[in-house]
Amino acid sequence: MADHDIALMAHLMRRAGFGAQYHELEARAAKGYEATVEELLHPDDHPNGLELDLAERYFTEWNHYIRGVPEYIIWRMINSKSQLEEKMGLFWHGILCTADSKTQSYPTSYAEWEMFRQYGMGSFRDILVQISKDPAMIFYLDNCLSHKDAINENYGRELLELFSLGVGMDGEFNYTEDDVKECSRAFTGWTIANNVPQTPYGRYPALFVYNPADHDDGVKTFLGETGRWKGEDIVDIIAKQPAAARFLSRHLYDFFVADEAPVPAWMDTPPRDMDTIKMLEEEYFRSNYNIRCMLRVLFHSDAFKNGRFSRIKGPIETVVGTLRLIGEWTTYKPGMEVIFDEMKHMGQEIFNPPSVEGWHTGREWIDGGTLVHRINFIADNVSDLTKPGIQELANRLASEGPILSGEALVDGCLRMLGHYELAPETRDMLVAQAEAKGAAPTDGVEFQERVAQTLQMIVATKEYLYA
Amino acid sequence: MTSNKKDPVLVVLQMSGAYDTVNTIVPYTDPHYLDHRKHLRIDPEEVLPIDDKVGFHPAMSPLKDFYDQGKMAVIQGIGYPNPIRSHFRSMDIWHTGDIDKTGGSGWLGKAIKEIDPNKENILTGVNFGRGLPRALAAPGVSVASVGTLDNYGVLTGIEETDQRTEALEVFARMYSPMIGSGEVNDYLSQTGLDVIKGADILNKAPGMYSSTVEYNGDYFSQWVKNIAQVHLAEFGTRVLYTGLNPGTFDTHANQAVTFSRLWADMSNAVTDFYEDLKEHNANEEVVIWMFSEFGRRVKENGSGTDHGAGSVAFVIGDAVKGGLYGEYPSLEPSRLDEGDLQWNNDFRGAYGTLLEDWMGLDAKDILGGTFEQFDFIK
Repeated sequence: MADHDIALMAHLMRRAGFGAQYHELEARAAKGYEATVEELLHPDDHPNGLELDLAERYFTEWNHYIRGVPEYIIWRMINSKSQLEEKMGLFWHGILCTADSKTQSYPTSYAEWEMFRQYGMGSFRDILVQISKDPAMIFYLDNCLSHKDAINENYGRELLELFSLGVGMDGEFNYTEDDVKECSRAFTGWTIANNVPQTPYGRYPALFVYNPADHDDGVKTFLGETGRWKGEDIVDIIAKQPAAARFLSRHLYDFFVADEAPVPAWMDTPPRDMDTIKMLEEEYFRSNYNIRCMLRVLFHSDAFKNGRFSRIKGPIETVVGTLRLIGEWTTYKPGMEVIFDEMKHMGQEIFNPPSVEGWHTGREWIDGGTLVHRINFIADNVSDLTKPGIQELANRLASEGPILSGEALVDGCLRMLGHYELAPETRDMLVAQAEAKGAAPTDGVEFQERVAQTLQMIVATKEYLYA
Repeated sequence: MTSNKKDPVLVVLQMSGAYDTVNTIVPYTDPHYLDHRKHLRIDPEEVLPIDDKVGFHPAMSPLKDFYDQGKMAVIQGIGYPNPIRSHFRSMDIWHTGDIDKTGGSGWLGKAIKEIDPNKENILTGVNFGRGLPRALAAPGVSVASVGTLDNYGVLTGIEETDQRTEALEVFARMYSPMIGSGEVNDYLSQTGLDVIKGADILNKAPGMYSSTVEYNGDYFSQWVKNIAQVHLAEFGTRVLYTGLNPGTFDTHANQAVTFSRLWADMSNAVTDFYEDLKEHNANEEVVIWMFSEFGRRVKENGSGTDHGAGSVAFVIGDAVKGGLYGEYPSLEPSRLDEGDLQWNNDFRGAYGTLLEDWMGLDAKDILGGTFEQFDFIK
């Protein structure tokens, strides 16, 4: 197997999933890039099997009635064979934001995540309809308080600003304040039954209800089109806007290829790679707004394949990726809460984005506080020789010869981490540090320690902040 | 200020989510208030009156004490031209002082650069919480952002001392900026280097601290306590910042309960903080600035209020000339701005007062212009 095939596969699995151990990369590279892309794009063809069912039965607290929902989602990210399906859950959760700090109902959040799984790679139009009917969203952005003759603009505004069009594009506004009001009118009557929060009758998911008596069925003019629009009509009008194609393309690029400017700056800041964005926009309209088709184009694009290590990993990607690497949490056991807190301290608590704008990504993941948490978490885990993934990694390197030079040790570890690339200066420093300790005979316990120390230093580099 | 005094320190408490102006400083005798607020109305009997027009929300009684002692300026009608009602965008404006463009440098980041242009003190600015607010971000300025004060530092998992020392040496070299590696990489380098420098110093603060004041256990109170610990450790920190988790004051629904609880928590934390400083004779050099990103719609909407404009901000400290500043915006329906309070003083004027009269800096460069200031600093 050629190294460059495995390196490309490592890149694909970091972006379209949460990373993979070396043996998985080899196996996937043997099957081929295109076959792997198709497998990722079609999660339904590859059921996760019994493991997830068993997990639900084993962890009674995970059956989404107590706090276990975030832990269960994280567990799925680690273990799911449908890696892209879970990754798309994270993608949409970061855009179509709701927060448990307000909804206070994990069953409702869980239902939302299931919706992301089901619709995450389908039509953009469909997922916008679904999010408009999503009970967590209806409660989070107060659409249940928006009534005929007394609208609450919260959802109508965010649908346009943050979920589908963005404030503006190419220096022009995408909609007006009147559009916000008309949009909000069209969603009156879209409400929920079994209102959250969770007490006093126990924990249950809220349900979407359409109440025609509370729907404003008057004539509305939205983005220049006039009619007795209902919510679905509004979404139809949104989906055909060039701004919707731009919005989705930029988000996909930002999430899968390379860090884009922050969303609020999109009106005045052009995409960093207009050619690729144009390609995605064309596919958006060609495929009738199909996200799966756009992803296929994206994963086969040069921009994607060449875009290695140009995106700063988010905390969930960091933590889940580390756990997949070390082979931890592949079986059921208590204690996931600690893992959950780690992500929080790195700046990303699942189901609790800081605001409806979602998390600020790219360099904004990193500051004096989050850098410390991130490096310490990864370094502590990859240097833990009791972890099966680290043992396997060390054994694999040991099998390469009776003795490894410091340089071979550093390069071997980089390769095992998924062909990480360091700046030449950084690599030289690590090699010098390793060489100073002498060549490493691979047959003793000391070798494992050497591997652990090398990994610890690699994951503390700037380069390792990227994926 | 004379040179034998301690350097002035600014503490910023950001209250995200946008608190409801008219229920914070309540125009309790204005008939329009009662008209707009049939349900979410603070009973005039319970308002803590400032004068015969306005008064504090009852949950703010500890803050009212500061006011009564002449240590609190209440800045009414604060805002900026063409108010934006998006949390992110509006907070960005308050953070940068730039009402036109997003993503600029933070006003306090620029202030830190003025205070310490050669970066002689890595801890001139310190933030407590998750993530660095843009207010503190500026090119070439480092601000420690601390989640937990007593275990702040990298590679703390390496137990063997010599090995850790060696690892940190390599770390410092790896994070040395490389020429031509780009702005983001430079930022990452700087952050890494600053962390190891700052950690060495900051870790000492909790051990140096003792106090009879007991703060509440919530994150906000703990971070306010951390601010006290770092201030009292005398590391030369001049700007200390923390904020409530974003969105907390965003009371579109169920406002009555949440709002009172938040103000009670905030007021207690601030009072504890002041008492703590006073116990250590370290209160006079500190001024506290409290703000939110916008106001809320004057007319209530069910059990909550929508995004609005026209806010109120607070300045607290011994150096503050207490009283009401700015005008309370009219609640007459015809004088509202799309249903919201009309601002009448630009927040950059208050920033100017803090920067010039308190911190002794030139505000013009930092704020990109001159704005009418108040004289709320003695």
